[in-house]
Amino acid sequence: MTDASIPQNVAPPPAEVEDVELYHAHSWLTKYVFSQDAKVIAIQYAGTAIAVGVLALVLSWVIRLQLAFPGAIPFIDAEVYYQSVTMHGMIMVVYMLTAIFLGGFGNYLIPLMVGARDMVFPYVNMLSYWVYLIATLILVSSYFVPGGPTGAGWTLYPPQSILTGTPGHEWGIILMLASLILFIVGFTMGGLNYVVTVLQARTRGMTLMRMPLTVWGIFSAAVMALLAFPGLFVACVMLLLDRTLGTSFFMPSLVELGERKDYVGGSPILFQHLFWFFGHPEVYIVALPAFGIVSDLISVHARKNIFGYRMMVWAIIAIGVLSMVVWGHHMYISGMDPWFGFFFAVTTLAIAVPTALKVYNWVLTLWHADIHFTTPMLFALGFLVTFVNGGITGLYLGNVIVDVPLSATLFVVAHFHMVMGIAPVLVIFGAIYHWYPKITGRMMDERLGKIHFWITFLGAYAIFFPMHYLGVLGMPRRFYEMGETAFVPASAETLNIVITITALAVGFAQSIFFYNLFKSLKHGAPAGGNPWRAASLEWQTPETPPGHGNWGKHLPVVYRWPYAYSVPGAAEDYLPQNAPPLAGEHSP
Amino acid sequence: MSVMGLFFVVIFSFALLWLARQGVFASHWLEEGEVARYRRAGGAEPPPAVKVGLAIFLAVAGCLFSLLAAAFFMRGDAPDWQMPPIPRVLWFDTFLLAVSSVALQVALVAARRADAARVKTALLVGAVTAALFLIGQIWAWRELIELRFFASSNAANAFFYLLTGAHALHLIGGLVALARTTDKVRGAVRVTKELTASVELCAIYWHFLLFVWLLMFAMLIGWADGFGVVCRRLLS
Repeated sequence: MTDASIPQNVAPPPAEVEDVELYHAHSWLTKYVFSQDAKVIAIQYAGTAIAVGVLALVLSWVIRLQLAFPGAIPFIDAEVYYQSVTMHGMIMVVYMLTAIFLGGFGNYLIPLMVGARDMVFPYVNMLSYWVYLIATLILVSSYFVPGGPTGAGWTLYPPQSILTGTPGHEWGIILMLASLILFIVGFTMGGLNYVVTVLQARTRGMTLMRMPLTVWGIFSAAVMALLAFPGLFVACVMLLLDRTLGTSFFMPSLVELGERKDYVGGSPILFQHLFWFFGHPEVYIVALPAFGIVSDLISVHARKNIFGYRMMVWAIIAIGVLSMVVWGHHMYISGMDPWFGFFFAVTTLAIAVPTALKVYNWVLTLWHADIHFTTPMLFALGFLVTFVNGGITGLYLGNVIVDVPLSATLFVVAHFHMVMGIAPVLVIFGAIYHWYPKITGRMMDERLGKIHFWITFLGAYAIFFPMHYLGVLGMPRRFYEMGETAFVPASAETLNIVITITALAVGFAQSIFFYNLFKSLKHGAPAGGNPWRAASLEWQTPETPPGHGNWGKHLPVVYRWPYAYSVPGAAEDYLPQNAPPLAGEHSP
Repeated sequence: MSVMGLFFVVIFSFALLWLARQGVFASHWLEEGEVARYRRAGGAEPPPAVKVGLAIFLAVAGCLFSLLAAAFFMRGDAPDWQMPPIPRVLWFDTFLLAVSSVALQVALVAARRADAARVKTALLVGAVTAALFLIGQIWAWRELIELRFFASSNAANAFFYLLTGAHALHLIGGLVALARTTDKVRGAVRVTKELTASVELCAIYWHFLLFVWLLMFAMLIGWADGFGVVCRRLLS
């Protein structure tokens, strides 16, 4: 089997992919602004995403204030309310979560974790960020055009989204669609990079089944995003043509303000199909990286290998494949064929199988483990509970007959905020606390981190848990105000006020995190190269923070999987992926 | 959306086959890893990243065109749907694009044989025919507009412009890449490995665009109507 010309004991030369000619920055501008280094791009992506995320957080306060104190705040009228709902949703889902997981963590972690020097197409990678930034600026600029941003709801359903009466039907909707189209173009550039880097630039010894689950999660999410975003792209282009050129892709014949419009025969349902063809995979585009990251956090901070690594990988792939064929469950109330609904209900509920498998494996990883309750671990555990919670209400809503009465209520709001709002955000926080030492070379303050965790975790439950009850009570979502309604008791109003006050408090409490983030930059305790004693490759860089090209002179050679914790016979309780094989260990 | 179903079956089969070949079913604790594989292979390197990049991009573009096709068939069910007459020039255009694709294949074969002169001629022929194709498309658009088949007057017209436009934009992108390759070949004395690689990328992309065009043309002239009926029956 062994080639005699290459001696057994000598490490093979590092794998270098030919095309990766690293671009060396010469000036401050090319080093920190127009940088082609994935790590700098990652920080730019994450910074921009967090900035618009804060804007979206403020918008959620506007929504909450109106719901708790209808009409009490003078500047919140129906237009502002709907604009806030729309922008909050769109920013959080697309411009914040997608961008931070793939653009932020993807860029930072993929090259480091697979042992590459950089992404395979660094220039395209840089372009990806700048297109994303322009898309974000266009979106935000819709606040400064006549009529303001669109208030069509984040789903932008035609015909209402482009008709008079919907806020921002003049310019807001055009800017929103243009911004989304640009975002998708930018994302495709980035996504190609993430996927090809994982496929092509892995260092020697880094087989697919030796990649950390974080990389698996981000990789699968990138593949899904590449296949799902074209759906939104097509929908946006066609809606834009309907709005600007007067085509009738989606617009049926209709009378607006007593005047017959020129639209004929368009199909709003077609838009829903295209939109949700993107919209549902989007949930998993956000969730899969979170799954991956959480697996790594749990394993490192519980000092135990992840339980059922292969199952975890297959579950990720299965979830990715299944999630492309479930979009119809967002359209149960659009009047679809019962058999069609049945098909989508079956595929939807089937996703519970690989997902539950992952949850069991996380729990079994924790079983009898040496759990360290560090801040990242707390956030990972918080995710686990929240995700199960949101997932179970997903089983309710996956059934057609349960979904039909609940679809237009706050139950749905509670469900998706738990499962794709709070859960991924907890992972983002955990991941920042976990990788901050690698990015900056300093630790974040643990005490502040724990305070931040408890306020965020308990606060999020205080906000979204009661919403389930409001939903079951029949409290509708999307409504600007309820007025006098017989079925809404006074206690529900009180609950709404409590939720709003908690939301304001939890929102403000995030300043603890930002204070910690910036203070630790200068005053945090020096971290060293590997403060968590983690086995995966990103912690084994020669410099911390890693320099340009990541690995100094030689790429690392990998000999084992990234979860070698508490290995019998090892000197420490972990074995880095690139440590040469122990005596008696299976020869790599 | 049956079109998407078909598309996914193809994509996922490729992906799963690839994953299996890359050892996703391996047990990492028994796996010998690439260190051993490297020793066995005597140091063979993986295929160039740009080629894999192009393959992934084609999957994305394929997804885009499949979605457009799915939308075409779904919208085509409405009673107001009235396909415009297909300009005769499109038949000639189809021929031009096929010639362009063949020319690039000839260029690729010549590049592999290191026949620099033939590569230059073939690339030039490919570029010129592709450019003529685009001019032909504009001609077709003008013809339809002169006959007052506007995008706003019927969704079928709008789809005609949308489909041909999306295809043309992809071809324009390809022409930029082709121009850069031609420029490199023009200055080169002999055909390097790198040049062959760029010619190959252009050729693959051209074949893909020809394939997409043929399917699209079949949809526009109504040869795919039967398929559309089957699709709709499957979903309702």
